[in-house]
Amino acid sequence: MNDIKERLVNGLIKENPTFVLMLGMCPTLAVTTSAMNGLGMGLTTMVVLALSNAFISLLRNIIPDKVRIPAFIVIIASFVTIVELLLEGFIPSLYDALGIYIPLIVVNCIILGRAESYASKNPVIPSLFDGIGMGLGFSFALTCIGAVRELIGAGTLFGLHIMPESYIPCTIFIMAPGAFFVLAMLTAIQNKIKLIGEKKGKDMSKIQSGCGNDCLNCSDSGCTKRFYDEKAQEPKTRRIKGEEEKEHA
Amino acid sequence: MSDLMKVSSNPHIRAKSSTSSIMMTVVIALLPAAGFGIYNFGLDALILILVTVLSTVLTEYIFEKILGKKVTIGDYSAVVTGLLLALNLPVSAPWWIGVIGGVFAILVVKMLFGGLGQNFMNPALGARCFLLISFTSIMTNFDCDAYTGATPLAALKNGEAVNIFDMVVGRTAGTIGETSMVAIVIGACILIMAGVIDLRIPGSYIVSFVIFVALFGGRGFDYAYLSAHLAGGGLMLGAFFMATDYVTRPITVKGQYVYGILLGILTGIFRIFGPSSEGVSYAIILGNLLVPLIEKATLPTAFGKGGAKA
Repeated sequence: MNDIKERLVNGLIKENPTFVLMLGMCPTLAVTTSAMNGLGMGLTTMVVLALSNAFISLLRNIIPDKVRIPAFIVIIASFVTIVELLLEGFIPSLYDALGIYIPLIVVNCIILGRAESYASKNPVIPSLFDGIGMGLGFSFALTCIGAVRELIGAGTLFGLHIMPESYIPCTIFIMAPGAFFVLAMLTAIQNKIKLIGEKKGKDMSKIQSGCGNDCLNCSDSGCTKRFYDEKAQEPKTRRIKGEEEKEHA
Repeated sequence: MSDLMKVSSNPHIRAKSSTSSIMMTVVIALLPAAGFGIYNFGLDALILILVTVLSTVLTEYIFEKILGKKVTIGDYSAVVTGLLLALNLPVSAPWWIGVIGGVFAILVVKMLFGGLGQNFMNPALGARCFLLISFTSIMTNFDCDAYTGATPLAALKNGEAVNIFDMVVGRTAGTIGETSMVAIVIGACILIMAGVIDLRIPGSYIVSFVIFVALFGGRGFDYAYLSAHLAGGGLMLGAFFMATDYVTRPITVKGQYVYGILLGILTGIFRIFGPSSEGVSYAIILGNLLVPLIEKATLPTAFGKGGAKA
């Protein structure tokens, strides 16, 4: 039970995929034009993430090491196809709003990243909750970005009019540049919170922008604080190849 | 032997000009355009200019106070930014457009990147494009007491006839500072005579633009059409005051010609093939982004290097 809670907190806060790990930038920037779209994208990704994590974890002793990436992709793509068809059938409005970004979940590097660095080395239940935690963190981040963009760019929140009638929406925020502004500002706020925490003497070393302390998959060879989270991921061998799947999506 | 020999490291020759004196010259050079704008559009233009300049200066002051940095509003660069931005606004814009634009120009485009000298893009133009995308209907509404209807460039694009004399003098619809070619050229002469700018960038910009329009405008070397394109819109203001911004132009001489030609071609593409009738702002900020590459490609060979290999 403790493990499960730890995984959920880890995904939501400590290693929030968007604000901390800076993964999955393509859907983050592209579909967060409204809070609803952000939430929809986040939850869709969460479903795929949780299921694929569980399955990859189940099959982790069968998949040969050399072809693990294609095998992961096949599993992930199957779940994405299922989710895509379900969305098309039952929530067509969301399906239309997300468009091409649903099939693109296949190459979302959060999913591949979790498969590679967690699910392929850990039992089923923690992997499942790792996926749910990461998915919740992703949904949370996307909803935040979407809410800010929708509020400034259209004056609404989840489709409800919040701003007074006289408010003239600042259209740039629901266009591509707005995504960058909002993401940068929210990440800056997160870094500021981290700084304040450090000043108060809390150990914030695990919350760090750009570094998930995932040294196995890190390409930064000059990093001075190599850190292995023994509890979460017992490194069997150091995979040099880990670099190539780092940021592709 | 009263003169002591001074031993010091280079540079040995120093110019008297400083950032603040150069910026002051630019402000003075912008005054004819601003003055004509106020004369042309009335008191609203004056208020908008004051609000915008005040907001840029205050933003810089407050930002530097909060961060405990040295306050640099004394170099007048914020005044230049505010003035340029105001001259790029239509007179019908409400006052808060000037405030948002001023805050965006200084805070996001300039200060977040490290202040004067570090900004990758002309702050005034960055803010103008931000406003243009955000509040398109306000920023393209050129109706005011004096003029209604389309700007000369929009009329030109629709194939309507335009009065070139009015365009040169400035009695047309448009943003506050861009309408009068005469006032801008007077300002440009001040800048050139004061040695603040030279003709490399504006010259290559305007010449390449004219050639592009002549080739692709569909009217050939039609004198009236070409001069309407030259006098209309923000070309003159952009070429003399914004493309020549010290921070965001290339340093190398060759690079400045490349930059000017690039701007001319981009402006031509935006004006003739783009959906909008004006494209100077976008051309210049796009050019700004390419400046590091241009500088890299046109780096002069150091003395003693290069030449025929033995």
